[in-house]
Amino acid sequence: MIAIVDYGIGNLFSIYNGLKRVYDHPKLVTTDAIAELNDAKGIIVPGVGAFDDCVRSFRPFSAALIKRVESGVPVLGICVGMQLLFDESEEGSETGLGLIPGKVVRLPEDERVPHMGWNNLHLQKQSALLDGITGDDYFYFVHSYYCVPQDAERIVASVEYGRQLAAVVQRKNLYGVQFHPEKSSKRGLQILQNFAGICNGK
Amino acid sequence: MLTKRIIPCLDCDLAVSDGRVVKGIEFKQITYAGIPWELAAAYDEQGADELVFLDITASHERRETMAHVIEKTASNVFIPLTVGGGIRSVDDARRMFNAGADKVSINTAALQNHELVNEIARVFGSQACVVAIDAKRMYVLTEEEANKAVDEGRELIKTKEGKCWFECSFFGGRKFTGVDALQWAKEVAERGAGEILLTSMDRDGTKDGFDLELTEAVCDRVNIPVIASGGCGLPVHMKEVFEATEASAALAASIFHYKEYTVREVKRYLRENGVHVRLNL
Repeated sequence: MIAIVDYGIGNLFSIYNGLKRVYDHPKLVTTDAIAELNDAKGIIVPGVGAFDDCVRSFRPFSAALIKRVESGVPVLGICVGMQLLFDESEEGSETGLGLIPGKVVRLPEDERVPHMGWNNLHLQKQSALLDGITGDDYFYFVHSYYCVPQDAERIVASVEYGRQLAAVVQRKNLYGVQFHPEKSSKRGLQILQNFAGICNGK
Repeated sequence: MLTKRIIPCLDCDLAVSDGRVVKGIEFKQITYAGIPWELAAAYDEQGADELVFLDITASHERRETMAHVIEKTASNVFIPLTVGGGIRSVDDARRMFNAGADKVSINTAALQNHELVNEIARVFGSQACVVAIDAKRMYVLTEEEANKAVDEGRELIKTKEGKCWFECSFFGGRKFTGVDALQWAKEVAERGAGEILLTSMDRDGTKDGFDLELTEAVCDRVNIPVIASGGCGLPVHMKEVFEATEASAALAASIFHYKEYTVREVKRYLRENGVHVRLNL
């Protein structure tokens, strides 16, 4: 089972359906069943909207998630779910999960904000998450803040929007994507399938 | 590099069971292009970057039919979905998000209650809050009219056809508000809208091409993405709007519904003409 953490933020309809396309056992895990994270082969942390709202709503899951990360279970943060993995964000005052050292900063206004639409990746490193993905593949982004890992080595792929921004990060079994794989048609589903493969130990 | 988005618009008649996408009016008879979620899947397959569903009746009673349309679509189509028409409250919006929509587009309700823009942006995020602006040219023919318009706070724009300001309409273009569309665009951006869906009421349905002057004027005044809409009849119209303005996306309906061009054909044409679009699906 791959758990999608349902902490009451945004609609998880598309993530659930997208994952279901490529994997037999997705499951939405709500606050009344946090212990189910202990049985998950992998965990997806979604997120939309404001950073502080997400941090506060996610708090009941934090301890269980961190424990699973430490025991090596693959975790995929999507959009604000990726940003939660960092220490802090300029968007709010709450503290992130601190699983990837670094911060989340506002996009400069020299380009239109939010960065909204389909953009291609600049692949920096090998990662099983990006198996079969090339620099010509496009993904759907929509965000006004972006992640800046302390260690640039964490950036697996970047995206160009006035500057190079972190699009995909990885720290061991921890993955984050700034774009929405569940809204990126076939190439996005490929990412979800790759993550399912990682969870299955492929 | 960020691509220009091509967005088919599905005008939905929800009076028909399950809803139908309206193609047009022929011999005073409404004609249909098909079932919404089937068309949506076909456009995704052709490379549509996003889809907009508009409830043309904007009726409260048919809210559940629209939610059903979105649910059916979202279970099979994995690109962003925007829903507009008749969304009047945070609760209306929530119903659409729960059905699988990614953004809601508000027009009439926002003009009646400006605060709704802030509320939707605060509750669901700016990325989910699209404000639709239906703008019509109001020409000023004399110096006196021009002075009066300026005194009333209108922003005058010089167009090929003469000086004009742009007035917001609502209730699907049936009523005018006296609100200056350019100022309204700036205001909704400040209130937290994540995107503007800008329709020219002068061009809508004409197939004469987008109102480039209107689109440029709005793009110049806001720093959020702008979707150009109204008047697209040929691929060259999309090329024009992307060359002449900073529009992030172009929306069209009939050119796709009548199968005059597929989304892929339009995108190939654009790429051949130097517009950056997503072709590798």
